[in-house]
Amino acid sequence: MLEFFVLAAILIGSAIWTIAASKPVYSVVALLLNFATIAVLYVTLSAEFLAVIQIIVYSGAILVLFVFVIALLSSGVAPFATGPNRLPKIWLPAAVVALAGFAFLVYAVSKAPVVPTRAAGPVGIANVFGSVADFGTALFTVQLLPFEVTALILMVAVIGVITLGGEQMREATPRGHERVVEREMREAILREGKG
Amino acid sequence: MPVSIGHYVALAAILFFIGVIGVMVRRNPLVMLMSIELMFNAANILFIAFARVWLQNAGQVFAFLVITVAAAEAAIGLAIIVTTFRPQKYVDVDDVRALHG
Repeated sequence: MLEFFVLAAILIGSAIWTIAASKPVYSVVALLLNFATIAVLYVTLSAEFLAVIQIIVYSGAILVLFVFVIALLSSGVAPFATGPNRLPKIWLPAAVVALAGFAFLVYAVSKAPVVPTRAAGPVGIANVFGSVADFGTALFTVQLLPFEVTALILMVAVIGVITLGGEQMREATPRGHERVVEREMREAILREGKG
Repeated sequence: MPVSIGHYVALAAILFFIGVIGVMVRRNPLVMLMSIELMFNAANILFIAFARVWLQNAGQVFAFLVITVAAAEAAIGLAIIVTTFRPQKYVDVDDVRALHG
């Protein structure tokens, strides 16, 4: 019970830090803290496999992608030194909308019946709910179709990224450079043969 | 006071609305994408909390699907950001007017 409130405090604090940080790199650091804390929360909810996936995919892959893009975009002249954010202008409407939505959600939650949490067995034991074996069995038997849809989504993403970045890459590489290198190598081989 | 499912719903709602405020308020497209990741994670917390309550695996599998979608979305979104803002001097969403009509 205590761990939930500690984790919730860290989560909310790091989320606010993420959207309030002045530089995007600070946002990435705050988001890293947020994702790591969510992984701990998943462990307390006996979702072991997803805790590991959270660390690998979010903290590993996605945040590294963010850092790469920050490095790529800030290689020019101080691109993030933009003017003020919209914060002064629409701070009040944003807060009102968010608070109204949150109040509605709290009301809906208070109306919902309280479901007691059932025992799921300790974390780290095989073949109980949430263990890697349990999750894997579900993924490859009952939930096979969503798993294959996942592969389709990733393939569409790869094709999309190549389509977006392909034009730039073709312009960036010097045209015919490989062919020049190949011809020089062939001539060198011919010279060796004659000599 | 034991932790019930309502606490998790409230936590997810708070995180989701922090993400909404981030998308609405910030002008940096990178921070907006990070706010979208915050919203994805709020949804994931709910999926996994409800899976824990009902002891059903389907919620965890769907959270896995959401993580995949988030990864694909981050990759495509960052590629769009790079291709859009590389030639520009400043990274500001308000400067993008190519589809303005």
